[in-house]
Parts: sequence; C-alpha cells; structure tokens
Amino acid sequence: MSGAALRLHGLACLRGGRMLFRDVDLSLTAGGGALLTGPNGVGKSSLLRVIAGLLPAFAGTVERTGGIALTDERLALDADLPLRPALDFWARLDRADGQAVAAALDAMALTALAEVPVRMLSTGQRKRAMLARVIASGAAIWLLDEPGNGLDTASTALLGAAVATHLAAGGIVVAASHQPLPIDAPVLIVLGDYQAEPA
Amino acid sequence: MRLLWLLAARDLRQAWASAGLWLPVAFLLLVASLYPFAVGPDAALLGRTGGGMLWIAALLASLLPVDRLVAPDRDSGVLDQIALRGIGEEMVVIARLAAHWLGFGPPLMLATLPAATLLKLDGATIMQLEIGLLIGTPALAALGLLVATLTAGLRSSGALAGLLALPLAVPLLIFGAGTLGDGSGAALKFLGAASLLMVAITPFAGGAAIRAGRE
Repeated sequence: MSGAALRLHGLACLRGGRMLFRDVDLSLTAGGGALLTGPNGVGKSSLLRVIAGLLPAFAGTVERTGGIALTDERLALDADLPLRPALDFWARLDRADGQAVAAALDAMALTALAEVPVRMLSTGQRKRAMLARVIASGAAIWLLDEPGNGLDTASTALLGAAVATHLAAGGIVVAASHQPLPIDAPVLIVLGDYQAEPA
Repeated sequence: MRLLWLLAARDLRQAWASAGLWLPVAFLLLVASLYPFAVGPDAALLGRTGGGMLWIAALLASLLPVDRLVAPDRDSGVLDQIALRGIGEEMVVIARLAAHWLGFGPPLMLATLPAATLLKLDGATIMQLEIGLLIGTPALAALGLLVATLTAGLRSSGALAGLLALPLAVPLLIFGAGTLGDGSGAALKFLGAASLLMVAITPFAGGAAIRAGRE
C-alpha cells in the first residue's frame, strides 16, 4: 500500500445546473486522512463520487495512486446471500486472499453473523458489512460517505480502529460526515467554504 | 476471462435465485395452450399459424425479465462498485448478456417442444423453429438487456421498455417467422445477420447507457 497518493487540483462540481463547490485542493500521501464536513446538500457525497471517478469533474483534476474503495448509503451486497459469500464475491473480483474477508469480518465484529442472509441484517449491521467490504478490498484509498450513520458507540469505536489501522499501514482515508467521527484526520475540509456564492 | 466468468456466474445465480428463469418459459407455454382455444381446434390452421405465434410469444417473453436485469444492481450500488475496480461497463454488459442468454435461450427452446406439440406443428417445422430460436434468442436477450440498461433509472420502465424494444424486434420477428416456410435458407441468413448486429452493438450501447445513467 506504500506509495498511495491522492491529489485534487481546483476541483469543481456542477450538478443540476448548480455549482456545488469549486477550487477544492487536497493533497494526501500515504497515511493521510481528510474529513469533509458541511451541512446537508453541500456536495460531500458528490465530491467523493468525483474523487472515485464515478462523476465527471466540471473543472480541475483528480490524481489517484492506488485502488479505490467507497461506501455510500447503498449496500452493494446480494441481499439473498449469507454475508460471507456476499463479501466473497467482491473479494474474488479484488483477487484478495481468503483471509481478507475473515479479517474484515473480525474487524467489524461480524464473524458471528457470517452465515446470516444480508437482508436480515439491521441498519447498523449493514453499515458494518459495507465497511467490511471496504476493509476486505485491500484498496489503498478509502472514501467513506457518512460511515458513522446508524452505528452504535461500540461500532463507532470499531470504525475508528479500522481507520487507524488503515492509515498506519500507509493507506489514505477521505471521510464525509456531518457528525463527529473518531477519525484522526489532520486535514479538515469544510465544504461550505468552497461554494461559488454564499449560501 | 476470469473476470467475465465471475460476473456472469453471479448474474446467473441471481437469475436462478429470483426464479425469473421460469417466467418466459411459463409465458410461452401459456400462450401455446391458450391459442387453440382462441382460434379453434382446426389442426391444419394451428399447424400453419402456430410457428409464427410461438415467435411472437418468444419475442414478448424476452421483455418480461427486463426490469430485473439492470435496475436492481444499479440501485444497490453494485454497478458503481464494479466500476470502482476499473472494470468497464462493456465488460459488465457482455457478462450479463452471456448469463441472460443462458438463462433465457435454452429454457425457451426446451419449452418450445411441448408448446409446438400443443399447436400440432410437424417435425420439420419444429426443427426449423428450434434452429431459428437458437440463432434468434441471443438477439432477443441482447435487445432485452439493451432496453434494460436504457430504462434502468426511470420509473414505470416496463411500459417504456416495450415501446423501445418492439420496433427493434420487428426484423427479428420477420426473419425468424420467415424461416418457417422458407426452403432457400435466405431468411435464416438474414436472421443470423440481424442477430449478430444486435449482439455486437449491445455491449457498447448498453455500457454507454449505464455510464450516462450514473448520477
């Protein structure tokens, strides 16, 4: 995972005829974390999707070195499968070894639920399953959209621990949240400051 | 190749789990068993028109699974997660087309055997029908998939899917049903050409539709 890097230069995003933000610059190297904050609708999720390459940037450039893993509000796990096989599908696509899924389940305290169908999971368990998918991917750059939503105190601590482990291993984390997260993020981006005109 | 297999295996398993495989088969058999009630039990009439009727049934059956082909994976974020791994949308559509045809074509061809018996078709016609379906069902599967990618983000996509697909399906129907009374094999060649064209453009058009529908 060494050599991971993420650089944004003058990034702007236009959606539905509205400039959400502009001139966003960010430079993260291995072990770097950033926290995006701001009120609802300010463009946090859009910025993460632009970084991920799922949305085109209106202006500016994104340079990524390393694989991308993203969690948003969508689970992206087959609902009728048990949790373990559902995660295994992504692990096989990522060519991750068999231990990666087991370690990720363990990190999110989901080992006991490995054989439970995904559709039976509660909101917080789903959120942890998504995070397990990110952990198991082995990608260097984690983009977490509201990762703390629906998590209880113990699970939030697990999230903090997983992020700390990832950063210590030379990964990069960009998390968007409107609530405090136990993420040691030296770079704080208040997205409201990048709006084209004052809200 | 490994990638294609992984994606196609998942798609096939999804189709199996959702029991969507039986829908086109049941539809075809239903049409074949209702048709004699509508036109009467005249064996000569049934034998003359039954083959064309089965082609219409196969075409309409290909529209039945449209709403489960792409939209669920788009809504659950699976397509985005695949894109994040640097896998092209064209690859996704190719894998899905292979899986969709496997779950659609052969079962339909099998169901055609009892359906043809219900319509009193003779052996030569059944043979013609099966060969036509073997060549035509990949195009019907491709058409259904293409329409599914185009309508994935829309509400009430079912009605729109029909409107989009039917004009494109007309050549398949003409050449497909044309093979039945045609000794020269020309209709079969045209059917093959139309089918090849449909299968060839679907990965590109469908991939572009998935990309354009991303928000």
